[in-house]
Amino acid sequence: MTVANPAKPAVRPPTVQPDRTFWLMLFFIVSSVLLLVSHSPEMLRNLGPLGDVLRNKVIEALVVSLFLANVLFAYLWKAANWAKLIVGLGSLLFVLPLAGQTDTSLLDLSIQIMIFAALALGLNIVVGLAGLLDLGYVAFFAVGAYTWGIFASPRFGEVLRYYGENPGSTGAGTLAIGLVLTAVTAGSMVYIKGLQARVAPTRLSDRSFLLAGIGLLAGIILVARSIVVLSSGSAEALANGISPGFFWLFLALSIMAAAVVGLLIGLPVLKLKGDYLAIITLGLGEVIRVLANNLDLYTAGSQGITPVGSASVPWFNSLAGTLGFRPDQYNLLFLYMLVLVMIAVVLLVNVRLDQSRIGRAWIAIRDDEIAAQAMGVPLMQTKLIAFATGASFAGVMGMIFAAKQTFISPESFNLLQSILVLSMVVLGGMGSFSGVILGAAVVTLLNLRILPGLGEASANVSWIPQEVNPANYNRFIFGSILVAMMLLRPEGLLPNKRRTRELHHGEDQEDESEDGNAGGLKAGGDVYSAGLATIKEDDRPGGSR
Amino acid sequence: MELSVLLPFIVNVIVGGLILGFVYAIIALGYTMVYGVLQLINFAHSEVFITGAVVGFEIFRILQDSPMNGYLKLLLALMSAMVVSGLLNVLIERLAYRPLRGAPRLVPLITAIGVSLILQDVLRFLEGLQGRFDLTYTLPAGFGNKFCAAEGSSCAPLGNFLRSVGVDVQLKDVILVVVALVSLTVLNYVVNRTRLGKAIRAVSQDRVTAGLMGIDSNRMISATFLIGGALGGVSGVLFGIKFGTVNAYSGFDPGIIAFTAAVLGGIGSIPGAVLGGLLLGVIQNLIGVMNIFGDLLGIDNLGTIDASYSKIGPFIVLVLILIFKPTGLLGKSNVEKV
Amino acid sequence: MKKTALSLSVLAALALGTASAQTTIKIATISPLSGGQSNLGTQIRNGAQLAVNEYAPQFKKLGFNLQLVPYDDQADPATGTAAARKIAADNQILAVVGTLNSGVAIPASAALAPSNLVMISPANTANQVTDRGLANMNRIVARDDSQGPAGANFIMDNLKAKKVYVLNDKTAYGEGLAAEVEKALKAKGVTISGSEGTEEKSDFSSIVAKIKLTRPDAIYFGGIYNQIGVFIKQLRGAGITTPVVGGDGLDSSELPTIVGKAGANNIYYTTVAAPLEALPAAKTFAASFQKTFNNPAQGFGAFGYDAATVTLKGLLEAIRANGNKAPTRKMVQDTIRKGTYKGLLSGEVSFNSVGDRKAATLYVMNIKDGKAVLETSLPVKPPKN
Repeated sequence: MTVANPAKPAVRPPTVQPDRTFWLMLFFIVSSVLLLVSHSPEMLRNLGPLGDVLRNKVIEALVVSLFLANVLFAYLWKAANWAKLIVGLGSLLFVLPLAGQTDTSLLDLSIQIMIFAALALGLNIVVGLAGLLDLGYVAFFAVGAYTWGIFASPRFGEVLRYYGENPGSTGAGTLAIGLVLTAVTAGSMVYIKGLQARVAPTRLSDRSFLLAGIGLLAGIILVARSIVVLSSGSAEALANGISPGFFWLFLALSIMAAAVVGLLIGLPVLKLKGDYLAIITLGLGEVIRVLANNLDLYTAGSQGITPVGSASVPWFNSLAGTLGFRPDQYNLLFLYMLVLVMIAVVLLVNVRLDQSRIGRAWIAIRDDEIAAQAMGVPLMQTKLIAFATGASFAGVMGMIFAAKQTFISPESFNLLQSILVLSMVVLGGMGSFSGVILGAAVVTLLNLRILPGLGEASANVSWIPQEVNPANYNRFIFGSILVAMMLLRPEGLLPNKRRTRELHHGEDQEDESEDGNAGGLKAGGDVYSAGLATIKEDDRPGGSR
Repeated sequence: MELSVLLPFIVNVIVGGLILGFVYAIIALGYTMVYGVLQLINFAHSEVFITGAVVGFEIFRILQDSPMNGYLKLLLALMSAMVVSGLLNVLIERLAYRPLRGAPRLVPLITAIGVSLILQDVLRFLEGLQGRFDLTYTLPAGFGNKFCAAEGSSCAPLGNFLRSVGVDVQLKDVILVVVALVSLTVLNYVVNRTRLGKAIRAVSQDRVTAGLMGIDSNRMISATFLIGGALGGVSGVLFGIKFGTVNAYSGFDPGIIAFTAAVLGGIGSIPGAVLGGLLLGVIQNLIGVMNIFGDLLGIDNLGTIDASYSKIGPFIVLVLILIFKPTGLLGKSNVEKV
Repeated sequence: MKKTALSLSVLAALALGTASAQTTIKIATISPLSGGQSNLGTQIRNGAQLAVNEYAPQFKKLGFNLQLVPYDDQADPATGTAAARKIAADNQILAVVGTLNSGVAIPASAALAPSNLVMISPANTANQVTDRGLANMNRIVARDDSQGPAGANFIMDNLKAKKVYVLNDKTAYGEGLAAEVEKALKAKGVTISGSEGTEEKSDFSSIVAKIKLTRPDAIYFGGIYNQIGVFIKQLRGAGITTPVVGGDGLDSSELPTIVGKAGANNIYYTTVAAPLEALPAAKTFAASFQKTFNNPAQGFGAFGYDAATVTLKGLLEAIRANGNKAPTRKMVQDTIRKGTYKGLLSGEVSFNSVGDRKAATLYVMNIKDGKAVLETSLPVKPPKN
């Protein structure tokens, strides 16, 4: 059906949006003032009854949501560029930190929103662009968090002490063997790869490549182990973890670690399709969590790692200090700024990837794997890149999460979190970058601000029995939103244009699709399923039929 | 350790795994049947199943003081759970999945997750109204006794023999296995020998062609959800009888494992789901006792694998099997149409 | 513009109704109120609510309107931290009771620390909770490393066990407690015939089989009653009558129901909450809890009540010291850390320099035919003073 009339695309009159510069600025000013007033205790006290209204937790949550909507409107509305710039930067760089001075929960909330936004953007690559359903995405988040958490906490000293006491047969010799093994296997892998590029790969070359890979892994383990054993003498010096100066290095390392885990998980399972992939990624996500819960030496198991350090940036602290922030707020403000930069980078990478060759390859795979392969898209490689890219975003955000929380334990990385991120992607609109960010913001706001606000506001209302307090049924509310969204607007809040056409194509085209319906399928009679009989057969990304 | 102690131990572990496996198998059937007709992971099935357990709890609770025969109570509990869970499943399909037919596959999947979350809280709310959270079954007298333990009863020799080889089961375990086998037989008959079953199979193979042959596919899908839900109800009651205590959130974990079982056996295949369920039950238990074997064989690394890993055992087995047989154990390898 | 003006005036009109003359003082609870642990978190919330209801008249006399605001942490550290930061921003909140999970308590108390907001934990036993030395973190329950060795001593001295099987639920609570028990047992030369964790909530057949194989004299299980209850039921069903010992997570009237009449014997747990019959206050508490919430009080309800009572007594003291004016958070924090509070369900409470309870009596309760009776009591002390 999608190819019904390629020569005559449906002509739609271009919709003219009115210029809303004035409204945008007005909205920005009003919501900023409301936000600042409602988070300033002195002002509230002077306002009298109006202050009481603003103090109400539901109103407060709404004010925060309205304020964050600024950024959305700046993106959506047609307005002068200077206005958009002022609203976007002004609200994120000026008003929000200012309000965060009296209420750090705003900074915490914004960091959390952006962490989830980056996770959703990462998952969007895997699910939205490449069409690979991943239900264990939070595993990569955990990898990033633990990469930093283990090294920047007393755990590292403990690990060194353990190896110092139990060196086994490891020593300087092991290091040499490990290095040689790593070099030889890595070299042979490169050689075989080069050989395969020239000569068609044979079973023998494939096998030896695999063997070399295993050798490489063993070599790396040997090297790592011997380095740990050899440096165990400095266990005392590192009792509080490594120097915060390594933060920036680990920003890169956590990306790499997550990407490598993404590759390791992806290699065996990406041959699978559709729901097989879904259940297996779900399982592997649980495997990572259970490992974190059981490898007590490295992760402290269920007890969790604390305190996890953060970067120390003296110039930033003094800057924040002169701006009137308290010392205990420096780190949160720093992480807020960092996460803003990171999300910008992630977004940029996303947009560039989407427009690149690899982005088109992903979409081709999602739409029709076999056709894509026939057109020369290397399936495995493309899928692996999607997996690793998605994983790396989660890895870096995991590290920031660990630094923000100063505490990490396996509880933070359960299946529900994966589902949460997935629903952000779907709620916002799969494949649409602005959409998934909006999805992340909406879900996080709902979870951390609106529902608790509702709970607080209704806590001391005598006619609401606590058993039915809506805040205690967040799963119900959350589930209802998911179901309602899917039934009424399956393309998401801010859909990807292409995706909308796929979901609603029956509406813009000549309505011949009705004829294609089989027997009782029309019984539901709803708008979205107009051409369903045919799509069902064709539109199964990675389907098994 | 001598063989005379070890053998009953191993038998015991495997029998325990098989009993657990029967519960998984029947839950897995609910997943696999729905998947067969709609290609949808019905995440809400774990709550449909736990709804059955809650209904069973209520029946046993209401009847706890009545002099009615225990097996009659059981029958009543099973029947009510089947009806409630079956209708609930049909209702879910009508309201949440049918309007989405034809939408990309992720859309109904998200709906299913949403429905699952809604049902969890609804169940908690309903039981919470009566001040309950953990629901503990009040089983009829004798269900918890050892199977054929009483000396002098006609089956005592059988009981003694079973115990001597390590099969130490309670009456409720035997009931569980019998009910599970009966439901499997009935399901097998319905699917393979009746017109309804034929129609369902036709729809699951090719909905459009089935429609052209005059099969009302919507009705068949509803019928599938009814049967799947009823099986969910049965498995819920069996789960409750076996483990005694359930709550609104306790369906999630067994649900995931049961779905894994369905995938392991080859999703869409009914014998596959049963095989997968039994296998995973046994595997889970064997992984839980790995450290004993590790100690016996003197392998240190094996000694660290204990019950803390039994939750992820099924997934690792799944990965290994799917690498070599990507469609599961009994799944048909589909030829892709281009 | 018109719209804004209109809505502002509507807001103002709404507000007129809510304005009140009295100063409001709030205390907050952080506990899981939704999801699989909501039954435990709700107990804490309800216990605290009961204490607030009892103390509200006293605050009223001093001119304060006392309120409780419950926060839901969903048993998730990130959500708990967000709640803590929200609480810190609400100037009317002067103290926090919480949390259930130490995974939430650790980051949440760190987020509350800069604003000197005192937190009193009704449930967190993990050593790390107070080992960080925060000025605002206190707890009324015994630490893992005092509750664990007490449990171990009971196993050795009273149960005379030579071989013990140690289990835990793979949560910070259960695993931490079980690890301390195991350490203490090993130090005294008791054989550990098995030690493992399990997240499984229903099927324990492989563990039961292992216990049958290794024949321990006693079993220690660190965890919560609704998991351990199902385990004991299967254990007894397999014909094993070995005593099972646990921590204060077993303190629940649900436990005998879950285990079933026949098997609810030979189960011991250690707790700081006094047995019902020993203390008249405990009976009154249980009755009014049942009446107010239509739900029997469990251990966590009693701890929530105690934690809130300590908080409110400290608050009253701080108010008095401040000349019957609302105290600052810092004053409340310091008053509570210094004060001594008598007449609680768990006896007398006073805190040491890091917020651990100075000395407490640890009661060992024995479940006999479905009823918890006092077996023995042991004094415990935190490692620091």
